Amino acid sequence: MAYGWHRVLEAKWATFTVLTLLAVLVGGLVLLIPPYFLQGTIRPIAAVRPYTALEQEGRDIYIREGCNTCHSQMVRPFKTETDRYGSYSLAGEGVYDRPFLYGSRRTGPDLARVGGKYPDSWHWIHFVNPRELEPRSNMPSFAFLTERALDPSLTSRRLAVLRRLGHPYSDAEIENAVEDARAQAAAIAERLRRDGVQLSEVGARSEVIAVIAYLQSLGHGVKPPAATPNAGGTAR
Amino acid sequence: MSDQSNSSPAIYDMAVVRGFAISALIWGIVGMSVGLLAALQLAWPELNLGPYLHFGRLRPVHTNAVIFGFTLGVVFAGSYYGLQRLCRVRMFSDTLSRINLWGWNAIIVAAAISLLAGKTTSKEYAELEWPIDIAIAVVWVVYAMNFFGTLIKRRERAMYAAIWFWLATVLTIAMLHIFNNLELPVSGWKSYSMYAGIHDANIQWWYGHNAVGFLLTTPILGLMYYFLPKAAGRPIFSHRLSILHFWSLIFIYIWAGPHHLIYSPLPDWAQTFGAAFSIMLIFPSWGGMLNGLLTLRGAWHKVRTDPLLKMFVVGLTFYGMSTFEGPMMAVKTVNSLSHFTNWTIGHVHSGALGWVALTCFATLYYLVPRLWHTQLYSVRLAEAHFWLATLGLVLYVTSMWISGVTQGLMWRATNPDGGLTYTFIESVAAIRIYDVIRSGGGVIFLGGALLMLYNILKTIQQGSARLPVPLPGGALPSAAGGR
Repeated sequence: MAYGWHRVLEAKWATFTVLTLLAVLVGGLVLLIPPYFLQGTIRPIAAVRPYTALEQEGRDIYIREGCNTCHSQMVRPFKTETDRYGSYSLAGEGVYDRPFLYGSRRTGPDLARVGGKYPDSWHWIHFVNPRELEPRSNMPSFAFLTERALDPSLTSRRLAVLRRLGHPYSDAEIENAVEDARAQAAAIAERLRRDGVQLSEVGARSEVIAVIAYLQSLGHGVKPPAATPNAGGTAR
Repeated sequence: MSDQSNSSPAIYDMAVVRGFAISALIWGIVGMSVGLLAALQLAWPELNLGPYLHFGRLRPVHTNAVIFGFTLGVVFAGSYYGLQRLCRVRMFSDTLSRINLWGWNAIIVAAAISLLAGKTTSKEYAELEWPIDIAIAVVWVVYAMNFFGTLIKRRERAMYAAIWFWLATVLTIAMLHIFNNLELPVSGWKSYSMYAGIHDANIQWWYGHNAVGFLLTTPILGLMYYFLPKAAGRPIFSHRLSILHFWSLIFIYIWAGPHHLIYSPLPDWAQTFGAAFSIMLIFPSWGGMLNGLLTLRGAWHKVRTDPLLKMFVVGLTFYGMSTFEGPMMAVKTVNSLSHFTNWTIGHVHSGALGWVALTCFATLYYLVPRLWHTQLYSVRLAEAHFWLATLGLVLYVTSMWISGVTQGLMWRATNPDGGLTYTFIESVAAIRIYDVIRSGGGVIFLGGALLMLYNILKTIQQGSARLPVPLPGGALPSAAGGR
C-alpha cells in the first residue's frame, strides 16, 4: 500500500486539518503580501488626488446602483483599448479607490477615462433616458437620481473614515465637507442650466449631480501614455 | 440493542437536513428567477423598474441567492446528512445545527433586502455590508464547531474523501471571508475597504476565484464523493486518485486568483503566477471528474433509467469542460479576447448550471425521499427536469460563447489605416440577439427547476418526516432504503 501513510492521516482529524490549512495558506501569502512592498503599487502618481466630498458621494452612489456590474474602469495596455478609451490604467491611480472598481464585464463601455469626455448636460440627459442619446443603448434609466436630493448627513464622516485609512484630507476639508460639496454641486447645476437643462430646486442638489462630479473626475491626472515612458511598470 | 441503534437512522439529526433542503429549493427558484429577469433586462432595458429593480441591484441578488442560498443550502444539507453517516454519530450539537439553519437563512433574507436597498460593497460575491459579514462569520464558526465536534466524536476510524472536501471548505471559506471583508464602517450600512486600488483588486480576486474553488468546487465534490457512489451502488473508482487530486486541487486553487487581473496594473509576476497555476488546475480538476465518471464502470446501464445518475454524469462532464475552458481563458492571449466579454458569463454558467446546479439537483432528488421516508413522487418528472436543464444549459452557454467572441473581436477590429472599425454601441447591438437566446435558455432551465419544486413538494406531501414504526422483525414498512 503506497498510500498507507495517508490511511494513517485519515484517522487523525487535527493533523489533517493543519495540513489542509497549510496547503491553502501558501498561495495567498505569496500573492498578497509582496505587492505591499513594491513602491509602484502604493505611491500615488503625482497628479492623482483624493476625491472631493461631492465626488466621493457620487462614487458611493455609483457603487450603490451597481454601475460597476456593467462598466469596467480598467483600460488594458492594447492599442485598440487606448485608442477607444484613453491611456491604460496604472497601479498608482487607485490609491484612493476604496473599493477598487475595475469591474469584470463591459456591458457598457469602460469609464476609467470618461472624465471630460462629455459635457455635464450630456450625462444628465443620458441618465434620465440613455436611449434619447443612443437609441441602441440597453442601460437602465436612472431618472430617479435626478429627483432625489443628495443626503449630506454622512458626507463629512465619509472623508473622516477615509482619512483614518490614509487619505490625506485636511481638518478643514472634513469640517467643511458639506459646504464644499454644495458649492461644487452648485457649479455643476449652473453649467447644466447654461446648457439648457431644466433644473428643479431638488434637481440642482440631486444625487445625479454627485455622480456626474465623480464621472467627470475619472482619468484626470493621468498623462497620455506617450508622455510617460515606462508607466506600466508597477515595480519601479 | 446498541448494535441496532448505532446503525439505525434514528440516531441521526435529520431535521436540519430537511430544513436546508427546503430552504435551498426556495432560494434556488428565487435566485434563478431574479437571474432570468436580469437577463431579460439586458435585451429589453424597459424592464428595469425604478430604483430597486434595475440590473445593477438585481445582479448581486441573483448571484448571492444562487450561491449562498441555493448552492450552500444544498451543501449544508448534504454535508449534515453525509457527515453523520460517515462518522456514524449524531451531529455534535443539535443547538448549533438549529443556529446554523435559522441563522443562515436569516442572513440570506437580510442579504436580499439589503442588496435591493443598494447596500453593497461592490466586491463580487462579497457585496454584503459589514453587519451581514459579521453574521456570516459567526454562523460559519457555528458550522465549523459543529463539524469538528462531530469529527472528534466520530465512531468511524478513517475520514472518507467527502469529509476532506467539506473540511477544506470550512477552513478556507473562513479565511477568505474574513480577510477580503476587512473594512471600516462609516454608518450602519456603509463601509470602506481596508485595501485600496490594486491591493483591493488583488485580495478580492484571491477571494473571488476561491469562492469558485471552495464554494462551487470542493463542497460540490464532497457531494459527488458521497452521493454518486450511493446513487450508483458502486464504490468510488480510486482512493489513490482521491488523495492525489484533493491535495493538489486545494494547494493549486489558491494561486489562481490573479487570472482575473491579467493586463491590469497588478505586477506582472503575480499575473503570471495566476495564469500558470490556472493552467495546472486542469490536472486535479480532471482527476475529480475521472474519479466520478469511472465510478460508474459497470453501472452505465443504470444511467439509462435513472435521472439522478444522468444529472451526476452531465454535471461531471460540464465540470471537466469548464475546468478545461477556465485554464484556456487564463492564457494571456486568450484572455485578451475573452476578458470583459460574455464569454466569461458563459464560462461561469457552464460551471454553475452544468456542474454545480445539476449536482445539487441530483443531491436533492436523492435526499428528499429518504428524509421524508417515501419514494420520489415522479421519476418521469425528474427525467423531464434533466432534459430541460440540459437543453437550457446548452442554449445558455453556446449563446454566451458566440456573444463573447463577437464582442471581443469587434472591440479589437481595426481598419487598414489602423483606426477602430466599430463603435462600442455597435458591439452592444450585435450581441442583443444572444441575450434573447440566453434568456430563452434561462426560461427552460427555470422551467425544469419548477418541475423539481412540484415533484419534491408532492414527495414531501406523500411522505412523513417521522420515522415509520418498525414492523415486527425490524423491517421498515416504506422503501426508504439507501442508507
